[in-house]
Parts: sequence; structure tokens; C-alpha cells
Amino acid sequence: MPFVPHTEEDIRVMLEAIGVDSINDLFDEIPKNLRHDLGDEKPLANVPEGLPESDVARLMHKRANTDGAPLCFIGAGAYEHHIPAAVWEITTRGEFYSAYTPYQAEASQGTLQLLYEFQTMMASLTGMDVSNGSLYDGASSLAEAVLMAVRANRKSKSKRILVPRTTHPHYRKTANTIVKNQGITLEELDYDREGGHIDPASLTDEPGDFAALVIPYPNFFGVLEDVDVLTDWAHQHGALVIAVVNPLALGLLKSPGQWGEKGADIVCGEGQPLGVPMASGGPYYGIMCCKQALVRQMPGRIVGRTVDLDGKPGYTLTLQAREQHIRRSKATSNICTNQGLMVTASTIHMALLGAQGLKHAAAQSHANKQTLLEKLSAIDGVKNTFNRPSFHEAVIQVELPTKDVLDALAENNILGGYSLSEDYPELGNALLVCATETKNEADLELYAEELQRILTV
Amino acid sequence: MLIFEQSRTGRRNPVQAPSELADTSAIPSHYMREDAPTFPEASEMQVVRHYTKLSQLNFSIDTQFYPLGSCTMKYNPRACNTLASLPSFLGRHPFAPESHSQGFLACMHDLQEMLKDVTGMKEVSLTPAAGAQGEFAGVAMIRAYHDANNDSGRSEIIVPDAAHGTNPATAVMCGYKVREIPTDVNGDVDLEALKAAVGPQTAGIMLTNPSTLGVFEPEIKTIAGIVHEAGGLLYYDGANLNAILGKVRPGDMGFDVIHMNLHKTFSTPHGGGGPGAGPVGVSERLIPFLPIPMVTKEEDNYRWLTEADCPQSIGRLSGFMGNAGVLMRAYIYARLLGREGMHRVAEFATLNANYMLVKMRDAGFELAYPNRRATHEFIVTLKKEAKELDANAMDFAKRLLDYGYHAPTTYFPLLVPECLLIEPTESETQEELDGFIDAMIAIKKEAKDSIEVVKGAPHNLPVRRLDDVKAARELDLTWKPSAA
Repeated sequence: MPFVPHTEEDIRVMLEAIGVDSINDLFDEIPKNLRHDLGDEKPLANVPEGLPESDVARLMHKRANTDGAPLCFIGAGAYEHHIPAAVWEITTRGEFYSAYTPYQAEASQGTLQLLYEFQTMMASLTGMDVSNGSLYDGASSLAEAVLMAVRANRKSKSKRILVPRTTHPHYRKTANTIVKNQGITLEELDYDREGGHIDPASLTDEPGDFAALVIPYPNFFGVLEDVDVLTDWAHQHGALVIAVVNPLALGLLKSPGQWGEKGADIVCGEGQPLGVPMASGGPYYGIMCCKQALVRQMPGRIVGRTVDLDGKPGYTLTLQAREQHIRRSKATSNICTNQGLMVTASTIHMALLGAQGLKHAAAQSHANKQTLLEKLSAIDGVKNTFNRPSFHEAVIQVELPTKDVLDALAENNILGGYSLSEDYPELGNALLVCATETKNEADLELYAEELQRILTV
Repeated sequence: MLIFEQSRTGRRNPVQAPSELADTSAIPSHYMREDAPTFPEASEMQVVRHYTKLSQLNFSIDTQFYPLGSCTMKYNPRACNTLASLPSFLGRHPFAPESHSQGFLACMHDLQEMLKDVTGMKEVSLTPAAGAQGEFAGVAMIRAYHDANNDSGRSEIIVPDAAHGTNPATAVMCGYKVREIPTDVNGDVDLEALKAAVGPQTAGIMLTNPSTLGVFEPEIKTIAGIVHEAGGLLYYDGANLNAILGKVRPGDMGFDVIHMNLHKTFSTPHGGGGPGAGPVGVSERLIPFLPIPMVTKEEDNYRWLTEADCPQSIGRLSGFMGNAGVLMRAYIYARLLGREGMHRVAEFATLNANYMLVKMRDAGFELAYPNRRATHEFIVTLKKEAKELDANAMDFAKRLLDYGYHAPTTYFPLLVPECLLIEPTESETQEELDGFIDAMIAIKKEAKDSIEVVKGAPHNLPVRRLDDVKAARELDLTWKPSAA
């Protein structure tokens, strides 16, 4: 029997000890008319028979091969980066992989110390005072940041949040799903068509009374926003600043803690670029960092350093009075777990790369994007859409419908980018393209050649 | 020692990142970072050694019996990790076109179909990232349903006092008031209190069955009738699905919406606290409101259902499709188990729990619900030991660690004093269960003979009991170089 160790003799002895004749007798408190296994129909008819591991392996290999290994220039919130082999070798050790939330701190010091190290690195990377132990993903971390800002901004008491359209469309949708039932509204802020950024001049006439301004960095188009001006504007208008970051970019770019005069207040974002494979969109992890003053409004697990009975340093979950298992209906969030295993990988990843490795990976990604953009812009019928500096993604416009272009590229095993036609119809046939440090000159050249071929047919 | 304390300026791992700093002159200097973040500078071997050693400080399923009630800490088959980690699966971009996604989408579609059958629900969405997000999706769908019926005056969600803390927290996140109802002496919902609680303000009820008290609610059909009669819907918290897999289906009990914890029932790893996956299943009337994306099959082609296909959906819950890698592991587990294997999950989880219940009762431990069968878990109350021997549930829990057993869930559910919620799961052997019971008996004897051994536990772990009050009062959440 799969993953059940009982021998016939074990079963006999155990039933005898309990004092029943059969395992079925143990279900005698369930009304018979509810018993699926006693009904007329064959129970679990749509579940196939079990297979030996070798057959399941064959099936999964076949399906994996169906999907192939295309050359990927899609970013849009999930990025291909080199992950050192050691990262997942260690992360999948059973002691990390098959442990649970560190409720018994003494028996979980490995996970707890690792989370403390993670919090240290992430807070420092974002320029914030504190970090939690992670949330589900980038999009839901924005939702939690919005809820947190509304709780924390006691001066404004507003339930409106200013969210630029340069924020990932799925993040905006996710945040709306999660916050709308609490009467919080996300107000859209349009972007500059030339620069692909929020024009600070467009803010001056905005009516005030927002709990927070969201600043994506880099924004969904890859463009760098005027973070200093935006941050100061928000603070002058009584709003908190929520930064939505790509943490890899922060290896190279100024941290949100340094923006403007006072820095951002809350930093959220997607942790995937730091050691987590793209893997169809998850599991990833959400970043959640903030200034010290807001720590008690922060959702999710937080680890603190303390001492044991002998005065020896140790680590434990702390500030649990914020959480659902203590406060129930008054908790800061219903969130229970974090994304422990992804954070384990990410911590090891950051430790292996070091600050310099992270900076170099970020710089190389940017440089490859620059090279790609030059090659693509040189093609007749391709236009570089925005004139502002960007990180490792950029928007191009092509003269054919994006779906046709992407399909033609995919036929040659190139995933040429993310079509913006649905979310940003005003941009026409626009594609968001990405190059990371994993691409070499030949890859970039191949993409340019194929695109040229398709556009000149 | 922290990884930062092993750092030495200038130590690098040049094979893991580009060795030269590429040209960044296109980015104006005022955007550039001037300070270096607090990352260690350590060799690859130092890093590997450090985190390998840290891992060895953990208890885990792979190393210890881990009978943490309500968490279903069963064996996580290695094949699930290996096969979900095939390069094409790990390398697949979430926005890859259908032409490069049919293998992955087929797995997701198969899993959706199996979960429909397992739960008896009409449709399933895999997208919620964890149980708590599945709960959120469930209650948000209840709200969307009432709103679509112009019945938005319903303002309350009923939650039994035994419920997991996420239930009331979720109801509030969905904009509802929480009305708690009591549990009767047998651990069941107090039907009279329920009848008094329902009315035109009732949006729904959140229930776990078997409940968090480790007993099956036999009057579930009656409860469903009372709530439906009042116009409310029933939400099933799938935390304890392991107890009934293949035996009873929430859909047949009358529930309108359920979430499943795949990291419990379908044995995906708990990972030191996540990631999980919390798919939701619904009855006919809630189908239009399911969260997106979902997978559909049209002839031989699999594709995503999104906003355009599901205009009444409550919307998206994450950036992409949820925790795909967790769902893959659950799918592989389900294929290994198959139909027969799934039946046996509930059967042997229940056999193990009832065996432990009887053995512990016979050893003189008091059961919270002595007249009831265990489901996949049961509760022992140590109030007598706490009063007579000064050894409370926390003391037993900490001393168990010294014996090499992870402690059961302590002090939950809140309404049973000095409780241990014990869930052995189907993957443990009889010998392991006997070993745990022997340890409990030995600890009780120690409490009589030398209480300080129990009060001072653990003795054999990397640290002794930690000062939680200091941790919360003198917050130390990050290492600072100056503190070195």
C-alpha cells in the first residue's frame, strides 16, 4: 500500500487493541447515508488507479518534454536567473523540506535562525528597518501592504490608495480582489506616454486624502520612476509610500529607504528573482519590509532573537499577538504560513552571491536588455516605445498584431515577450521584452534575426 | 554563529555571478545604489556548511515522528519533488504560450478533475496559494453570490468557537461580522444555539468536519438544512480532509464551498512554514464566482480561463496561477496513490489515531471526548497532570522533544484546557506510535519523581526554553554589524 507501512499482523493487533473487528467500524459515527464508499456508485470513479513510481516518472517526463525548453524573453514579473546548484540541494534537505512552522522553537532553530538571517538581508537590501518572514507572492504582498497602510496611516484615515497604471496589472487586480470587501478603493493613476513613467507634474492637481501612494520599481514597463519626487510628494500630502520592488534590481539601484527626504514606508514585491525558479508562476514569495514604527501593523510571521534559560542566544517567532491564531477576528491578516521553503532558497542564494554578485547579475541583466533593445530597435517596423531609462525590461512596438508575432516566434522556440495589447490597448501592438544575465550574445542575436525575418515576410 | 559573523571582506564566489560589472551608463547616477546591503561575504563551501548545519537543528518528518494535530505531517514522497522539479517544469515561464504548456496544463486539469471527485464538488479552482487564501476565496464567493442576488444585507458569518483562528480572521477580511456559536459537551455544534443565531443577516457558516476537536459532526445534514433555510451558505474548511478521503465527501454533506490544504492531505512539503496550496471547490450555484485562472480542456487542447471567460469571478489572488509547483507535487502524489490508495489514507490515519487514543486512555491519560471515536486525530487533556503534578501541556510538549518526538499541537483548540491535539497520520508504524506513548508515560513518571526535569525541558536540544517575553519587548529582528 502506498506510504502506509501496516502489515496484516499490525492491523490485526491494532484492531484488537481498539476492540473493533474492522477498520470500517472506526467510521461508525458517520451517518451511513453520507458514506461515499458505501453508496451505489463506484467511489472516486474519476480518480485513476495508482501507478508505481517508475510509471509516474515516465508520464511526467513525457509531459515535461511536451513543454520543451524554449528561449525565454518574457519577464512581466517572473524572471529567469542563474540559481547556484547548492541552493536547492540544501533547500530540499529533509530537515528544511519536511519541517513545519517553527511552533516549537527549540526544535526549529535551523529554520528560525535562517529566517532571522533572511530578515537581515532583506531589510538591508530594501533599506528598511525590519522584514517579515515572507508572504505568498508579489501580488498578494501588495494587497497586504495596502491593508497595512490603511491601518497605519492614522492621520489620513483615508481608505483610498493611489495605484499607478505602471504597476503590474495582475498585482492591481489581486490587490483589488483582496481589499475591496473592506471598503478600500484603488484609484488609478495614468502614465506619461513618452516616458512610460508617472509624470510627477500630473500629481500636483490630485485631490488629497490618500492613505498611500504605490510606486513600482522598476515599473511594469521596466522603466525607472522618479522615486525621489514621488516619495516627497506623497509625504507632503499625508500619504505613506508603498514601494513594489524587484529585489534583484536593488543590488544595483538605490533602495526605497533612500528615496526622497524620508524614504518609502513599506516595501513589498516579488522575491522570485532571488533563487526561485520560474516554475509556472509559483511557489514564489512576497517581500514585506517596513520602517520600525510600523512593525506592529505588519502581517505574517516575524522571527526575533532572544535568549534561553541559560542566557544563550536563540530565535523564536515573535509579535504573535498580531496573528490570527491569537487574535482571531482582530488579526492583522488571516495569513498563517509564510513561504518558508522559498525563503530558505532565497537566503542561501543571497549568501552565495553576496552583495557584489547580486550587483553584477543586476548590471549584466540591464546591459543585456540594452543590447537587445538596440538590436531590436534597428529592425524596420520596430520602435522603442519609451524614452526613459529602464532596468532589464523594455517596451517595443511592432507593425503586426502581437499575437501573430509571438506565435511565429514560438514556432521557432523563442518566447518573444509579453503582449501588452489587452492591458494597455492605447500602446497598440506593444510587447514587453526582457533579457537577464542568463542570455548571451548569440541568444540576443537569434531573437533579433527571427523577429526581423517575421516582420519582413 | 550567524552567516554574517563568518564574513570576510573580499571573499567571493566568482562562478555564481558575472565576474565583471557590466556597463550601466544608461542609468543616471542618482538612481544608483551607494551603500552595499548587509550580505555575507563567504565561500561556497562556508555557505553550504553553514546552512547544512542549520538544517540539522530542525525536527522534521524525515527525521522525527511529528504528530502535530491539525497539520497532517505525513511522509512527503521524494518522487513528488524529483518529478515536479524536471527542468522543463522549473523553467516554464508562467506566461508561456499554450503551444509550450500542454504538458503542464494537462497535469493541472487532471488534478482539478480528481479534486472534484474527492470532494464531491461541481468545479474546482486551483489558484489559492494556501489554506488561508482558499478560505478567503470561499467567503469572498459567498459574498459575491449574495451580492449577485441583490441580497447584500447579509452581514454575518457564523463560526463555531472551536474553529481555527483563520476562520474568523477571514470573515473579517471579507467585510463580515463574526458570530460565534458554542460547542456542546460531545464536541458537536450546539444546534439550539445555531437555530437562534441564523436569520436574514446570515451570509453563511464556516465549519470543519471532522472538527478541530477531532470528532465527526454527525448532524451535519441538519446543520446544512438550518443554514440553507435561513438563506446562508455553508463553507467547509478542508483542514481535516485526511480523515475522510474517499469515505465522505463535503459536497454530499451539503457544503457549498470548500478549500483543501494540499500540503496536508496531498502530502506536499510543509517547508518550514509554507508554501501550501489551497484549491477551492464549489457547488453548482457558486461556479461563476470561482477565482481565476482555471484550466479548461477544449477537444485536445488545454487553455486558461481568465477574466474574459469568467466575468463574475471574484478575481485573481496572485500574480500568476498560484503555487504551481505545490500543485504538481500533489498531482504526482495522487497518481502514486490512485483510487485505492486514497481510501487507505483515511482508513489508516483513523486506525493509527484510534490505536493511540485507546493506548493513551489505558495508560491513564484523560481524553477530552472519551465517548467518541478518534477521527484522524484526538485530544488529550492534561489538566489533572497540571493540577496534581504541576506538569502542564507545555511541559509535556517540551520534554517530548528531549525524547526525540515533535510535540503535538498544544493549547489548541482553545476550549479544551491543557490540551494536546495528536495526529499520527497514516504513514507512521505501530512501533513509532508505541514509542511515543511510552515517552508520554515516562514523562508522567518523571513529573511525579523529579518535576524539575520536566519543567526545565528541553535539555538535549540546541537551546533550552526561550524567553518569548524578551523577544517581543526588546525587538531584535535583524543583525547589525555594530552588534558584532
